[in-house]
Amino acid sequence: MLENIDLSLVNWSRAQFALTAMFHWLFVPLTLGLSFIIAFMETIYVKTGNEEWKRITKFWMKLFGINFAIGVATGIILEFEFGTNWSNYSWFVGDIFGAPLAIEGIMAFFMESTFIAVMFFGWGKVSKKFHLTATWLTAIGANLSALWILVANAWMQHPVGMKFNPETARNEMESFWDVLLSPSAVTKFLHTTTSGYVLAAIFVVGISSWFLLKKRHVLFAKRSIVVAAIFGFVTSVMLVASGDGSARDVAKTQPMKFAAMESLYEGQTQAPLIAIGLFGKEHDDPMNRDSDQEFLVKIEIPNMLSYLAFLKVDAFVPGIKDLVLGNEQYNIMSYKEKILRGYEAQQTLKAFKEAKGVDEAEYARLKAKFDDKEWIDNYFKYFGYGNYYDPNPEQLELNAFKIVPPISLSFYAFHIMVILGGHFMLLFMVLLWLIYRKKLESNKVVLYTALWTIPLAYIASQAGWIVAEVGRQPWVIQDLMPTMTAVSKIDTSSVMITFWLFTITFVALAIAEVRIMVKQIKNGPKEGGHN
Amino acid sequence: MFGDLSHLALQQYWWIIVSLLGALLVFLMFVQGGQTLIYTIGKTSIERTMLVNTLGRKWEFTFTTLVTFGGAFFASFPLFYSTSFGGAYWVWMAILFAFVIQAIAYEFRSRPNNVFGAKTYETFLIINGLFGTVLIGTAVATFFTGSAFSVNELNQSQWELKSHGLEAALNMHNLSLGLAVFFLARVLGLLYFMNSIKNEEIYDRAKRHLVYNGLPFLVFFLTFVVWLLLRDGFAVNPDTQEVYIEPFKYAKNLVAMPLVLILFLVGVVGVLLGLGASIIRKDCTKGIWAAGIGTVLTVFSLLLLAGFNNTSFYPSTFDLQSSLTIQNSSSSHFTLTTMSYVSLLVPFVFGYIWYVWKAINNKPIDEEEMKSDDIHIY
Repeated sequence: MLENIDLSLVNWSRAQFALTAMFHWLFVPLTLGLSFIIAFMETIYVKTGNEEWKRITKFWMKLFGINFAIGVATGIILEFEFGTNWSNYSWFVGDIFGAPLAIEGIMAFFMESTFIAVMFFGWGKVSKKFHLTATWLTAIGANLSALWILVANAWMQHPVGMKFNPETARNEMESFWDVLLSPSAVTKFLHTTTSGYVLAAIFVVGISSWFLLKKRHVLFAKRSIVVAAIFGFVTSVMLVASGDGSARDVAKTQPMKFAAMESLYEGQTQAPLIAIGLFGKEHDDPMNRDSDQEFLVKIEIPNMLSYLAFLKVDAFVPGIKDLVLGNEQYNIMSYKEKILRGYEAQQTLKAFKEAKGVDEAEYARLKAKFDDKEWIDNYFKYFGYGNYYDPNPEQLELNAFKIVPPISLSFYAFHIMVILGGHFMLLFMVLLWLIYRKKLESNKVVLYTALWTIPLAYIASQAGWIVAEVGRQPWVIQDLMPTMTAVSKIDTSSVMITFWLFTITFVALAIAEVRIMVKQIKNGPKEGGHN
Repeated sequence: MFGDLSHLALQQYWWIIVSLLGALLVFLMFVQGGQTLIYTIGKTSIERTMLVNTLGRKWEFTFTTLVTFGGAFFASFPLFYSTSFGGAYWVWMAILFAFVIQAIAYEFRSRPNNVFGAKTYETFLIINGLFGTVLIGTAVATFFTGSAFSVNELNQSQWELKSHGLEAALNMHNLSLGLAVFFLARVLGLLYFMNSIKNEEIYDRAKRHLVYNGLPFLVFFLTFVVWLLLRDGFAVNPDTQEVYIEPFKYAKNLVAMPLVLILFLVGVVGVLLGLGASIIRKDCTKGIWAAGIGTVLTVFSLLLLAGFNNTSFYPSTFDLQSSLTIQNSSSSHFTLTTMSYVSLLVPFVFGYIWYVWKAINNKPIDEEEMKSDDIHIY
């Protein structure tokens, strides 16, 4: 069956979506966090009436505007690409996935776009309090839009609140609240938005540190650091807490992703957490892991992975091998069995379609299966695995190993994200301590560290997305739809052309964005912002 | 409340909402139309800055309405989304690129060190204004003229022409609507300049160009409408859901739905009133409102014509029975019900947009404001 798939089309479509999503995600986190930081600063201005705070607010607002525009420009591409490049996906889950996107538009985008106009053009035209309200509503609007798209993403990782309708051949929503409030959605929203808050705080702290190092706009810089460091510290604590919740959720709902994140090949009780690890060669081939699975470097924390995943030090954490081959002792079904059951579900759907209008009794009998909870739990649940079926048993065994995500990429991305997350929290603590001791200005090491942490924040942010999106491969909808079956039936050459067009556009936009941003920063808060 | 409605009633309700969003989008394309006139109306740097800034304070509304229109279509009629976007790949990609370059053009245009220079970003705005309007108009026209696609028993769609949507731009009937939308957007852009900028030169030039753009708009619009009323349409048998060709289908739809006919006529009169009054009357600045409301009503009624009265709104010329109707392409009863509750927010959204619009546009833009350091300048 796999030979019927045009893998070059799948890969180019994936590459295009990854390019767009990652480029978009360069700008969104800053928008999410900086909007709140600006709102805090303007609140202080309105409360105190101190014009210096207005100047501070307007400087960061200017950078916010530059960043916001490119975030908007890249955001629309994702919405279009769900249809243009993933049309089978759009139908298969559109009944559920479309709703959050529409709500995002009605509830969040309009709020954001309406009040951002007041934020930028309303100075002197509306009252101070109305302007402040608009700034807060812009921040809330931006974060509400994140809520809905993250709910949609979380649903893809852990589909809940729906039922498959064989008549329409798609999944249909049964509970909006299950979709909105699933633990996966809640943790994804909290973890992703707080990562944006932390990135924005680092952005403000880093640039302000540069001003302190240059001994320019010292009061402006110190005040900016105070607001951003407090915001950054509080949200970095939330980031760690939500990350912990997110990891536990992944361990439960996407055990293969969890195993790949830790490169856990053999499952074990009292599993240790790898704090730092560097792979040997050929680490990504799950078939040959026995010979080449050794780490070159590995520092472990005993029992920690079991505790992290299940809050018990002696809990069994399944490894990649357990998940692919099955483990009777811990009641883990093999991928081979899941493929056979998924294939059975797909054949039932096919027979149902063929019986329509031909054999009413058979039609009714097959339709009843899709309402039978036991059949759903035992067969339909593995619907997507059916795409890996092959009549040749040997090939089928081999296909089971294709349902494993890229291990080293998932592992490194996860560990880079976690290590940098710890660094960020520590940095905010040090900054707050130095501010309290009134020694920040003189501590060049910390100021330089803050400045150079800006790129690290972006690396951590991108790494987070890689963990989420690469770690769940090959699924676009966990267990129900593999990425390869979700693509639109278009020519590979068309996707290749648009991929390169997007690449050229993004490179040009990124160069312009960075140069404009750097110039505005160098100009500082006093000088004009336009030609 | 909504849960008690039949599936068909919900499908009709959502077709009305999608049509309304589409109609508002066309009105808000005054931004795109205005962008194509930056050099025609703005002869000096400060004049162009005023034009760009008055449009720049509204571009996000157009952009957001486009995104919401797409999102609402996805949520309510996902089979249209998967069929059209996945099939007419190149048309949607061209529209997409036209809007991507718009989004950064305003913010980057006047910034120091913007790499490509102000003229490049102004060119982006012109490209967006030209292709955004013509291509969206052309794409919407396929609601009446059809496209070559097929849908299988699993509702997976396939485009049957290698040109993947570009063929739509070669159909003269489609193109007549595309060009009508383009010139309408320019007319609305001119009316918006007259309303929102306090500058005599700009006002006089805009007034003069109303004639140059109003006439081609009328020619292309009448071509589209007359052709539409005379052409065969894609009818649906309400009992069997079989799609068949019916002569004068859209003319018959107008007669069968007198309210839609009234909306259409009132809309056309509104556009003509806004255009005519602004040309004839001295110092008229309110033409945008009559023409704007007229645009919304006209486009709204045209979209109702495409989807209601047992009509296929996205017909297939390759396989008639693959044609999409509001019934066979919609979301489930549950999803439409849920979405309908969300739609109750729409009047509230309109309310705050109106309030903010008034607050920002209370005082027309002038040269002095463009030199102010207190506001954000594009």
